[in-house]
Amino acid sequence: MTADTEPSRGKAVARAVLQPIFDVLAGLIVSGLILAVIGVDPLAASKSLVHGAFGYPEAIGYTLYYATTYMFAGLSVWLALRAGLFNIGGEGQIYLGGLGAGLVCVALDGMPGIVVVPVACLAAITFGAAWAFIPAFLLAKRGSSLVVTTIMFNFLAAAVMTWLLTAVMIKPGQAAPETAEFSASSWMPSFTSLASALGISIANSPVNLSLILALLAVAGGQFLVGRTVAGYHLRVVGGNPDAAAYAGIDAGWVAIFALCLAGACAGLAGVNEVMGVHHRLILDFPNGAGFVGIAVGLMAGRNGWGVIPGALLFAALAQGSVDLMIDNPRINPELVVMVQGLVIFFAGALRGQLTLPKLRAAR
Amino acid sequence: MIAGIETEILVITASILRLATPLILAAIGGLFAERAGVADLGLEGKMLAAAFTAASISAVTGSAITGLAAAIIVATLLSMLHFIATVWKQGDQIVSGMAINILAAGLVPTLAYALFPLGGQTPPLTDDGRLLDLSLPFSHWASSTGFIGQFYASVLGGQSILIYVAFLAAPAATAVLYRTGWGLRLRAAGENPQAVASAGLDVVRLRLQGLIMNGVFLGLAGGYLSLAANAGYSRNMTAGKGYLAIAALILGRWKPWPTLGACLLFAAADALQGRLQGIVFPALGVIPVPWITALPYIVTVIVLAIAGRGQSMPKALGLPYVKA
Repeated sequence: MTADTEPSRGKAVARAVLQPIFDVLAGLIVSGLILAVIGVDPLAASKSLVHGAFGYPEAIGYTLYYATTYMFAGLSVWLALRAGLFNIGGEGQIYLGGLGAGLVCVALDGMPGIVVVPVACLAAITFGAAWAFIPAFLLAKRGSSLVVTTIMFNFLAAAVMTWLLTAVMIKPGQAAPETAEFSASSWMPSFTSLASALGISIANSPVNLSLILALLAVAGGQFLVGRTVAGYHLRVVGGNPDAAAYAGIDAGWVAIFALCLAGACAGLAGVNEVMGVHHRLILDFPNGAGFVGIAVGLMAGRNGWGVIPGALLFAALAQGSVDLMIDNPRINPELVVMVQGLVIFFAGALRGQLTLPKLRAAR
Repeated sequence: MIAGIETEILVITASILRLATPLILAAIGGLFAERAGVADLGLEGKMLAAAFTAASISAVTGSAITGLAAAIIVATLLSMLHFIATVWKQGDQIVSGMAINILAAGLVPTLAYALFPLGGQTPPLTDDGRLLDLSLPFSHWASSTGFIGQFYASVLGGQSILIYVAFLAAPAATAVLYRTGWGLRLRAAGENPQAVASAGLDVVRLRLQGLIMNGVFLGLAGGYLSLAANAGYSRNMTAGKGYLAIAALILGRWKPWPTLGACLLFAAADALQGRLQGIVFPALGVIPVPWITALPYIVTVIVLAIAGRGQSMPKALGLPYVKA
């Protein structure tokens, strides 16, 4: 409602770092209480979680692989939030981004990786952005509720992919709804294979060069929002739509720009999944990552670098909970979704307008 | 005997009424929150939690009414969570609504696995644990008298009591919102809370009351899904209905009767979707199932594109109320 007052820089930095930590801790403590209620010892569970996520080299590799997808998804939500927009459509944008990458891998199968991989990444960016463009355009031109249209586009993405994988792109003579495996030249090189090429042996895990791409994307996103004119316009529209209108900034185009950028980032998460891990198109490979991105993006607050610790936290939960489930049959994968909800509540809703731009336009 | 086309009309009409019921109950619930100025995207999560609660409590106690009451309590508690975050703490209404959806999407399966060893479902309910369909008087006789009689027996009658509640909710909401002093004050809290406060009224209390009404209706919506439309809770059984209800509220311009109409439109798309599967069309052949299941979602997007935002959105919707 009012412009932020300017506290001393040290105080501001301390608050920017400490506040999300407190918020996330609150979410984790409530999650622990719920675990206790259903008869699981929260302390033992945390121990097993941390061991499952970081306790041995393969686990670390898997955690970093999840973190790659969550960084893209979180960056996507964060970029839109900076413009005062709530991108719930990450799930569908990841799905379509993966489709773009997969189509290129199928079409250019057998060509050298130096050609296939960059073209596939561009296709993922284009498909993800295009899937975000339609809800963005409807918001800008018609004022259509972004949350509802992006949710509908998630359902539509699932329908399109189900149709493509069951009827069109399915490998002939096979029952499972998936494409044939891409030839190895179009895979995103994994750290394991890169290390063995250099004669070093590291634990086998799916973490791949997409991780570097994700870190570069976070740096690029932070630079764009913080240091460029386009990013400035984006922040003004997000922080104070009235001032933006007074300054002659076209909020509609800023919304379209921000959401296409968000869709492009989400699309790259599809690269990590399709070209880095599965090496084929399969059903439901986003697996909820778009919604993890909401928690990660909200945790980051004003600072894009905050996407990295947020992604690591949820990656550790995703990977660590696998061990937890083996130890404890009462626990199922949705436990992690519950933690996401609580973190969104404490780090997003309750942090409120102190750190978030108003989302009225995004409704 | 009546002809095939007439039977088809009866079947489709009855199925539209049944599919519209959870949408109407959820949308009217959303109406009470949003007319008070609190944006509520958490309809989906509340409905899911209510459906699970109704089925679990009914399975344990054997009483559908107890299950329905518990569903209302749980949905209202989630509305109170929304109240704490958005009205009391003036947090972001959109984010809080999404937090409730995601929390419910995680918490419900977690509890389902912990309470019942059925892979995330509740035990199937017997007839005592369900809200059974009401039979109107003379139905048996009427159904032998031709089309009108069959319409009376199998469309107007033979439905769950919650269907009647849903269709009475629109006139009731109209009466309450437009014909009572409380309704006027509630709408004013959503249009101009500062003016309401300067008239000596308590905006926070009005929004609290709006959110309690909201919880009651979402409890009924969830209870309908697991106690009447189905015999128990199954995974993710709301399947986007909460978001469709929001779209209906927007298309209905935040007014009860047009919102009811919008719910019927979405329900018709859904009923049509069910009937189109497997039908061979001239020239087109069989339309792939994924395209048909996508129909309600496509209709929603087109409707939102046509409806836009309009001028009828409550003026203070989405804005936290800060005491002057």
